[in-house]
Amino acid sequence: MTRRVVIDPVTRIEGHAKISIYLDEAGEVNDARFHVVEFRGFEKFCEGRPLGEMAGITARVCGICPVSHLLASAKAGDDIFAVTIPPAAEKLRRLMNLGQIVQSHALSFFHLSSPDLLLGYDSDPSRRNLFGLIAQHPDFARGGIRLRQFGQEVIELLGGRKIHPAWAVPGGVREPLSAANRDYLRSRLPEAFATVQSALAFFKQYAETHAEEVDHFGNFPTLFAGLVSKEGGLWEHYDGYLRIVDSEGRILVDQFDPRRYAEIIGEAVEPWSYLKSPYYKPLGYPDGAYRVGPLARLNICSGMGTPLADAELAEFRRRGNAQGIVTSSFMYHYARLIEILAALERIQMLLEDADILSPRVRASGGINKLHGVGVSEAPRGTLFHDYEVDERGMIRRVNLIIATGQNNIAMNRTVKQIAQHWIHGATNGIPEGLLNRVEAGIRAFDPCLSCSTHAIGQMPMVVTLIDSQGRVIAEARRD
Amino acid sequence: MDVTLIEGAIANQDHLELIHTIRKNSKLVVSFGDCAVTGNVTAMRNPLGEADVVLSRAYQDAQFLNPQIPHDDGIVPPLTAQALPVHAVVPVDLYIPGCPPPAKRIRGVLQALLEGQSPELIGREMLKFG
Repeated sequence: MTRRVVIDPVTRIEGHAKISIYLDEAGEVNDARFHVVEFRGFEKFCEGRPLGEMAGITARVCGICPVSHLLASAKAGDDIFAVTIPPAAEKLRRLMNLGQIVQSHALSFFHLSSPDLLLGYDSDPSRRNLFGLIAQHPDFARGGIRLRQFGQEVIELLGGRKIHPAWAVPGGVREPLSAANRDYLRSRLPEAFATVQSALAFFKQYAETHAEEVDHFGNFPTLFAGLVSKEGGLWEHYDGYLRIVDSEGRILVDQFDPRRYAEIIGEAVEPWSYLKSPYYKPLGYPDGAYRVGPLARLNICSGMGTPLADAELAEFRRRGNAQGIVTSSFMYHYARLIEILAALERIQMLLEDADILSPRVRASGGINKLHGVGVSEAPRGTLFHDYEVDERGMIRRVNLIIATGQNNIAMNRTVKQIAQHWIHGATNGIPEGLLNRVEAGIRAFDPCLSCSTHAIGQMPMVVTLIDSQGRVIAEARRD
Repeated sequence: MDVTLIEGAIANQDHLELIHTIRKNSKLVVSFGDCAVTGNVTAMRNPLGEADVVLSRAYQDAQFLNPQIPHDDGIVPPLTAQALPVHAVVPVDLYIPGCPPPAKRIRGVLQALLEGQSPELIGREMLKFG
């Protein structure tokens, strides 16, 4: 028989989740589950809608990374149109995706996670949030807020608004970039570089002195999956081939057209969560667990493709195992900062590209194929949009595989590992710092569970201890 | 609580319980964003019938391993038959439309409330869906 600890809801992640920790008779952790309790049903209600509406509808999957859905949806449309989009359109889409990576990673690191890192897991929860951070570390907080703002400005100056821009369309994009906006974005780059470099210096020092977190926040072998560039297998965020690498650095899948994902990726359903659990089919479920997102992208790539990020990647790999693979989920934070740096370098290159102001940004096309798949890298990992249409372009079938889902199995293992390390005999009560470590382990993945934001961290949390007879033996509440 | 901003439609049993608790404890309840105001994308499932229609496509299709609708009691909240805007469940005092509402609109409402005024959203910039 087991006892269950429920942490509900988890604060400072995007959306709303519950965590259950199952204890055995001796009060030791037996198992842990991370429950996703929101569901909307895009796969069904998109049926019958025109293809052209899909980017606008599916962007509403998420208010933090709508650009990722916009791009994956437009790419699925490109595939159905069977067109090659103009070179400037691809560059502009890349520019927007890089802006998205900067703003989303900055939000994750500075607004959501750095209160834990700078103020401490055991500090007063009512102060352990962005406002507490502003009071104690104003320059650090201001830099992070302005870095996120820069990423949002890239999106807004291209798409006309920060969130849900209706800009990328099948065949390309709707508006080119103006010279004035290009010049403005260039002028903002030096400060953005300085902010991320000082955050990198801070994090590397932090990791040295917090080995316990590094070792126990989801540190285990899994596969890692994501896109790499078609030439040279470099870090990639918009297009490319699927690569899957194991924790020993062995490449299991390479040069694989991601549009064929269904041949190698399966999705399992569990009765205790609305989030499905994707897995690598040849290894089965759950052995085929893989991680996606910043940590995975750094583990799978053959190089970053830009000088500053390549120097950081070399240092990152020195902190990994003998093969240079980093298995601790705590290092998602580190990988996120390196990706911000890489994104800024690539934004700089794109803004210096003569083609970036080209007005030729959209190919016209019609329904030339009845099935199309669009795959890109969202900030949180690989995103798949798979559409079937009829001859008139009405949607007949939709499958979406979202980044956070692909980390589902790993997030569950992370909660279990943290709970096993810090919880022993829970009947004596659970200290605040420990609860927050469980939450922070989840937050390392930056899960994005619905279109709501709880950035301030003041949502109430209820922890219930239930004994083997199903009786509530203790309840802790914080408001 | 003086003012509570509600994001999202009422789509499951947890939301239903929460919204009644919030209404009981708030002087002003504000529907914040199009999902709260109209149901928006969340309510796109409504014309298809009850919740099982969408759940069954998402979880019981033969393409999945262990096809089943998630159901653990006390953990996974059952969906309401229809996704509802907030005012269909409890009285709502103010509405801020937008997907998402632009910063200026949010600030306009909060500023007026802080000054003890009744906010008025007028014109395309302040009063527009999408």
